[in-house]
Amino acid sequence: MTDIFKGYKGAALEILKKFNIRVWSESKVKTTRGDFEGILLPRAENDDYEHLVLKLITGYNIGIAVETIEDIKEVGYKEANYKIPEKEFPITPGQPNIKLFGTGGTIASRLDYRTGAVIPAFSPGELYGAVPELADICNLSTEKLFAVFSENMGPSQYKKLAISIGKEIENGIDGIVVGHGTDTMHHTAAALSFMVQGTPVPIVMVGSQRSSDRPSSDAALNLIHSTKTAAESDIAETMVCMFGPTSDKYSLLHQGTRVRKMHSSYRSTFRTIGDIPLAMVDKDKITPIKDDYKKRRKDKNVKILPYFEEKVTLLYYYPNMQPDIIDSLVDNGYRGIVIAGTGLGHVNKAVYPAIRRATKKGVAIYMTVQTLWGYVHMFVYDTGRDCMAAGIIPTENMLPEVAYIKLGWVLGQTENPEEIKRLMLTPIAGEITEREPYNGYLIFQGGIPEVEEFIKKIHK
Amino acid sequence: MSDSFNSADNYQKTKKLVGYVPRLEATDKTYSDLGFKCGLEIHQQLKTEKKLFCRCPVGLFQKGDDYDAEVIRHMRPTLSEMGEYDGTALMERRTKKNIIYRIKNESACTYDIDDTPPFPINRQALDIAIELALMLKTNIVGELHITRKQYLDGSIPTGFQRTAIVGIEGEIPLKNKKIGIIQLSIEEDACREVSDIGHWRIYTTDRLGTPLIEMVTYPEMLTPDEAAEAGQYLRFLARSSGKVRTGIGAGRQDVNVSITGGTRIEIKGVQHISWIPELTHNEAFRQKALLEIKKILSKSISDKNKWKLSFKDIDLNLLNNDLAPLKKIAQQQKRITAVNLPGFKSILSFFTQPGQMFANELSDRIKVIACLNRPNIYHSEMVESPLSFDSVTNLLNAGENDAQLIIWGPSEDIDTALEIVEERCLMAFEGIPNETRKSLADGTTLFERVLPGPNRMYPDTDSAPISIDDSDIEKVKNNLPIEVVDRFKQFKNWQIPEDTYHYLLKNNLAPVIEKITNESTVSPRFVGALLGQSLKYLEGQHSWTSGFSYNKIYGMIKYIQDKKLTWEIAKEMLPLVYEHPNVEFESALAMINYLPKTEKEILENLPILKNKFNEIRISKAPEASLKWIMGQLRKLAIGNIPLKDLYLLVKKELKND
Repeated sequence: MTDIFKGYKGAALEILKKFNIRVWSESKVKTTRGDFEGILLPRAENDDYEHLVLKLITGYNIGIAVETIEDIKEVGYKEANYKIPEKEFPITPGQPNIKLFGTGGTIASRLDYRTGAVIPAFSPGELYGAVPELADICNLSTEKLFAVFSENMGPSQYKKLAISIGKEIENGIDGIVVGHGTDTMHHTAAALSFMVQGTPVPIVMVGSQRSSDRPSSDAALNLIHSTKTAAESDIAETMVCMFGPTSDKYSLLHQGTRVRKMHSSYRSTFRTIGDIPLAMVDKDKITPIKDDYKKRRKDKNVKILPYFEEKVTLLYYYPNMQPDIIDSLVDNGYRGIVIAGTGLGHVNKAVYPAIRRATKKGVAIYMTVQTLWGYVHMFVYDTGRDCMAAGIIPTENMLPEVAYIKLGWVLGQTENPEEIKRLMLTPIAGEITEREPYNGYLIFQGGIPEVEEFIKKIHK
Repeated sequence: MSDSFNSADNYQKTKKLVGYVPRLEATDKTYSDLGFKCGLEIHQQLKTEKKLFCRCPVGLFQKGDDYDAEVIRHMRPTLSEMGEYDGTALMERRTKKNIIYRIKNESACTYDIDDTPPFPINRQALDIAIELALMLKTNIVGELHITRKQYLDGSIPTGFQRTAIVGIEGEIPLKNKKIGIIQLSIEEDACREVSDIGHWRIYTTDRLGTPLIEMVTYPEMLTPDEAAEAGQYLRFLARSSGKVRTGIGAGRQDVNVSITGGTRIEIKGVQHISWIPELTHNEAFRQKALLEIKKILSKSISDKNKWKLSFKDIDLNLLNNDLAPLKKIAQQQKRITAVNLPGFKSILSFFTQPGQMFANELSDRIKVIACLNRPNIYHSEMVESPLSFDSVTNLLNAGENDAQLIIWGPSEDIDTALEIVEERCLMAFEGIPNETRKSLADGTTLFERVLPGPNRMYPDTDSAPISIDDSDIEKVKNNLPIEVVDRFKQFKNWQIPEDTYHYLLKNNLAPVIEKITNESTVSPRFVGALLGQSLKYLEGQHSWTSGFSYNKIYGMIKYIQDKKLTWEIAKEMLPLVYEHPNVEFESALAMINYLPKTEKEILENLPILKNKFNEIRISKAPEASLKWIMGQLRKLAIGNIPLKDLYLLVKKELKND
């Protein structure tokens, strides 16, 4: 039986039953505050049980408190048919064939009454309806692998995604786009960088910071930029394609292991850390910034390594950290710990015994820096040397989240400490670089005259 | 073109056909014959410190060329909750505008440029909105649902305005009837436009996010004057709360007009309530004119479904002398296109508004949608045509009953323009297109955009609903200001001169009068006139000096009472206090040359004055000497003895002679 009281519970549900009113009814409601008339809408799951929601004829929604209701009459019925117009995605001979994998996220979305939030809409037809420009770039096919929010992505999704990408490459696709929620996009980008090795075609991850249900969304432009990259770029790496500035100007292509979400809500939230981005992409062109990237190839060879050990953690160090934190990880069977240490890669003396105990039990412990920029340098101070003596291995300039993903991936393949160390410290996709360019660390400070002058001139 | 046709004559002839009369000659019957109906949407900024959905300060304005940074965006239409696209949204999409926001750090944050989700709604603003909703006698909703209203013109960087219904179904009393209120909503104000040229539109983000209420009436006003009366009432009502902003742009109105057989046209951005009558009057006749055009076209063109315009690009190398004015245009524009409108002869010069004809309807839409700045067309029925259309008619193989246009601009904009001209001509067969129109100071209007419908509404997925409990309402209800209609009655009881009502209500001065009269023995009538006549006059001379406030007047009245002076001195002191608010009242008295005099001292001057008057008198009228002597004594008496008393004393003295 379909639920005719979608989302209503408690007192609200009781009153609907009492007056025999279903969702989508055109209702006349008599209350102690006066009369209201409109279509009864579903109720979002997390909202209270004390109100009904009506859509007025003017298009506005309002809530009515159940305790004020004296009578409700159904005078009609109008169910919303929410559908992005589907048009068949036109196939143009000679255009590159691109596969778009959906994982969730808000590239194209519609309202979900259950949560009151937006859910993705996805078929090529829907995407073409929303962003017709895509047809001028490529022949697009889509596959919805999962519909999860970014924060619910995990190892099993990484593996399935890597295997699916592998199959498409073997079938001769010209480029891959992965639609993804933005919160953990850089984790997935790192996972794909390790699990899909030697790709002959671009693998482009994309999302949006403003959902596509708003006119100012960055979704359409990001989608255009990412399909253009997948179709035309000669960069055969796993990349993240997201807005460079907050303005509708261009997107940046970030290497999958050097990228990080740096602002909770800005469109220009993704930044390459400790290096410079691979390229800029706009509607008309792709402009390389680096030149030492892996080039597109004509073959269909790719190595898929879908492994992941889930008993790995990322520990963010803070002053006065107690050793029992590490002890309990070990006692709970954790096989790997990545520490984001202070400064050059430090933790306090109090945890040394716990670290020694952990390494003795075979737990792999790796050090990264919570400053994000810069290398781990554990030789500079005694504390660093002590840490290393206790068994912590520094990871150069690998980002903490990347080191976490890599350790999970490595431990999924081997238990041999030497092999683990070899794999961890051998760069596969730029996660460790030999040198940090001077312009790999630029955080402008607002307010300074020359910065303000610069900000005023460019479209931020 | 046949020789017998004359555009100017046709314009006058069609104006008569429509039955246009100037507003001052129109009567109630004029409007009832038209089936005139009008509704209002009054927007009023609320007096809060901070914006509605972020913590930026309100009221810091920047000049168009003063900014810290610029952001560029484009807008794309999205589906409504009910799964439809909105017509306005699709129109704006066609304009392909680049939208630039000019940001000042002091007045805008990342929320303003849509890089941060909204913060919880400003409670101070919501409480004011509830208060005003109660004053309008609306039914207050149980739960506030923030809704997104799409605006693709870029005036709001998100592409929508966050808005929510606070109450529905209220009413206000006018002199002779009650007007229903559809709703009161709370919403965020939009950006201010700096310029809109071609495909580039520039906004500042200073005003963006200012808390605003919108009060919407039913279309129950049946004459232009009634519409203005309702507008005034709503304005007074908002002001009477003392919690709304005043000044330029703080209150704005949209006016909806329709006539029998017509459709609802929304006139946006009416800056002054005094503009409403002329604008609605002209709009009613514009609709009448479009209905007449429909009648004519349905007779003259048998199958409208087959109607199509035809066009040809003019070879820029072959511009003959006929088309001399185009030579200059050809230097700048890539494309000049001639258009034939079959069967539209005498339609282009058909009267639509004072000074405007049907061709303006085409030109306006080309400006807005194809982004071609005016002048953007020449047409075959211009009253003073700079060029001859003979070669164009030949080029197009046009028939006797056709009309022609010439359009110029960038090639792809011409493509859009051709679509628009065809669309608008086809709409002429249907009558009146649904649209919003921009108001001009001369009482006429211009096309602004397609009228949006309920399909542009979408729930705001970034905000949770906010419960409005009975206790919230009770709290506000106990402190509601006195109703405007009761203020009118109060003024009457106080015997305040009627010509001051408007000023007193507009500035919400009834509470000031109450405060002054409660704490002194002065009459409300005197204070009403002091504010509504003397102060108003001074404001007309120059604006408030810093330091001046209604409290100064209150202090002045107290001072006069303590010094036991008569109230009339207040009118003499006010100009000085207004201009120099920091001067002590004592010094103010000295500066207006006040001298304390007893009744006796004043009357001691009588004998001399009487003699003097007899020397110089010309009038034989018995009252003449009384008048003249009063004039001489006035200065001495003010503040010391009421002029009325003095008058009786002098009169008595003169009688005794």
